[in-house]
Amino acid sequence: MSTIDSGESATLTATDTVLSVENLAVDFPSGDGVVHAVRGVSYELRPGEVLGIVGESGSGKSVTSMAVMGLLPKTAGISGSVKFRGRELLGLTDKEMTRVRGKKIAMIFQDPMTSLNPVYKIGYQLAEAVLAHHDISKEQARKRAVELLEMVNIPQPDKRVDQFPHEFSGGMRQRVVIAIAMANDPDVIIADEPTTALDVTVQAQVLESLRAAQRETGAAMVLITHDLGVVAGQADRVLVMYAGKPVEIGSVEDIYYNPRMPYTLGLLGSLPRLDKRDQSRLTPIQGSPPSLVNLPPGCPFTPRCPLAQEVCQTTEPELEQVAAGGFGLRGHMSACHFKELVAQRDPADLFAATAQDADLPDVFGKNDRVLERDQEPTGRQVAEDDFGSDEEDR
Amino acid sequence: MSTPTDIPSIPGAGGPAAERGEPILAVRHLVKEFPIRSRGLIPRTVGAVHAVSDVSFDLYQGETLGLVGESGCGKSTTARAVLHLQKATSGQVLFEGTDLTTLAKEKMRLLRRDLQLVFQDPYASLNPRITVNEIIAEPLKIHGLYGKNGQQTVNDLMQRVGLNPEHGNRFPHEFSGGQRQRIGIARALALRPKVLVLDEPVSALDVSIQAGVINLLEDLQEELGLSYLFVAHDLSVVRHIADRVAVMYLGKIVEVGPADELFERPLHPYTQVLISAIPIPDPRRERERERILVQGDVPSPANPPSGCRFRTRCPKFLTLDEGQKQRCVNEEPPLIGRGLGDAHPAACHYAEIQQVL
Repeated sequence: MSTIDSGESATLTATDTVLSVENLAVDFPSGDGVVHAVRGVSYELRPGEVLGIVGESGSGKSVTSMAVMGLLPKTAGISGSVKFRGRELLGLTDKEMTRVRGKKIAMIFQDPMTSLNPVYKIGYQLAEAVLAHHDISKEQARKRAVELLEMVNIPQPDKRVDQFPHEFSGGMRQRVVIAIAMANDPDVIIADEPTTALDVTVQAQVLESLRAAQRETGAAMVLITHDLGVVAGQADRVLVMYAGKPVEIGSVEDIYYNPRMPYTLGLLGSLPRLDKRDQSRLTPIQGSPPSLVNLPPGCPFTPRCPLAQEVCQTTEPELEQVAAGGFGLRGHMSACHFKELVAQRDPADLFAATAQDADLPDVFGKNDRVLERDQEPTGRQVAEDDFGSDEEDR
Repeated sequence: MSTPTDIPSIPGAGGPAAERGEPILAVRHLVKEFPIRSRGLIPRTVGAVHAVSDVSFDLYQGETLGLVGESGCGKSTTARAVLHLQKATSGQVLFEGTDLTTLAKEKMRLLRRDLQLVFQDPYASLNPRITVNEIIAEPLKIHGLYGKNGQQTVNDLMQRVGLNPEHGNRFPHEFSGGQRQRIGIARALALRPKVLVLDEPVSALDVSIQAGVINLLEDLQEELGLSYLFVAHDLSVVRHIADRVAVMYLGKIVEVGPADELFERPLHPYTQVLISAIPIPDPRRERERERILVQGDVPSPANPPSGCRFRTRCPKFLTLDEGQKQRCVNEEPPLIGRGLGDAHPAACHYAEIQQVL
């Protein structure tokens, strides 16, 4: 495999990378000031590869993919570069982008109830996707529609093709959406929380269909989700986002077994496990993600980070290589000043198994433990009288 | 109050009654149906949505019972019927021996002190127009317990749920989702209840926030001796927090058991399907796991299948011979002990342990 550093993208050959995103940034104007929703995202996608993008609500994972698809409103300020097989997509006119959308890069949205048009038959909506990019007859398009429904395991596809979306269940609708995304054999599929709205047994069916369809077409996939379980089973590589920036990227094993960013470690420690008998206390990450308006300098994770030092408040760390094997965006990278300290640690080593809600101070950087001590005296006596013992492990 | 011996025992109550004492909350043959009315000038009842069909369970002092299932299985309706927020069609809800379903309104109001609810959506369940102090004080005022020390009680409650009491004069919109859920919990605790019904209390929260709220619920239970009826669809959370778990499908409990045993030795095919469908955040294990896939979606509760309600999607059903299948179609399987004792009953004629983790 050849080395591709973000700096030498001009030398990219089409066979290496289908999609390369470089330093993508998205700003939105708002009443309170500019929202820096995405602040420099870079990733590369090879044919057939599945990249999982994880992060909490508001981390910018969806906005990133909307920018790639050219689906953001005109008010959004977009900078950086998105190249599909070496061709720049940012700055293309709507008309030019329409030829890429659906044909080269397809998208699957979260909510199957709203992404299908309720007044058209399923077959029409599938054929519409095919006809948008192929000059074929309506009969051929219909035949293709039936084929597509079969590919995503819809029973009786020749009958189902003439039904309306309301006659389909949620899981089947999402499979229709997958079929539409597959209609033109795209090279890249972007799936934005494709199973979040579904029940688990239906999620399993849909993930199976998605996987089958992806294998069939050999497409690469960007899978955006907040479910770390789904990513573990589906992705080859994982990108962890926090406050609009990637904070760690690596193979799925790197991320789950050897995370090098305290945030990733904290996320894993917050997860209750279905497969473990030993139910020791969970270790939450205290506080909440920062507002993306007027983000202070330094690492945005600082107020929640157990390893935070002076330097974290002043300098935002860049993504850097943490381990040999794979280079640049192909390797394991983390954005943390103290990534060595995270190596081989258990979440419980760094994060407290607290039940408190760290009330983040208004002044950035003030340690939350200090604050907890400050608030100690209020109402303590009452506590004793009212509820008996009030000893909490702090 | 009636004597405790009036409560008929059921399988799945968790060990001999002598060990656990009497349940604090006993639900017997609870049924909740919503009528389907025809349109027109004079609407007539033409059918019913069988949301909850003959559900029985016990909740003991200091215990967490997880009630799990997919959307539409009736778990939230059960919770609401237990609290008498929606009147049950039939059945009994015995709280410390008193049947709530037949209680007069005024007596029920008094009992509400002991039975409180925490809602799913922390954005919709707090009045945006009043401050947090007022939100938490409201139940105290309604029950005439605010008094002179009211504000101090509110401060203490805020501190107890991990919030800064100085922020009591802020409005709900100034708090994050996790903090709002803590406010909802403080409000539920204000009257010092014995039983908390938690309806998907952490589903709306991001994982890093969710963990803190789960820890809080565990601490509160230990300190205050609360009993939790924990309704959730996330089985990982339920395994973590619950002592016993009841699995619901289409308005019925299909399996009950101690949490670890239910996850490690599930008896009912639906429980097995459900557990096997949940992705585990461990790439190597996740790739090795075999998934039991079911076909189709949950049938409509307005017209549930005869016999066993899961048979239309059951992977086990497909492996049975014709005679055995007939039994599933004609005979509803009772929820009784099936090889793992009365503490772990399952409602399947052909129940068999299958490890799926």
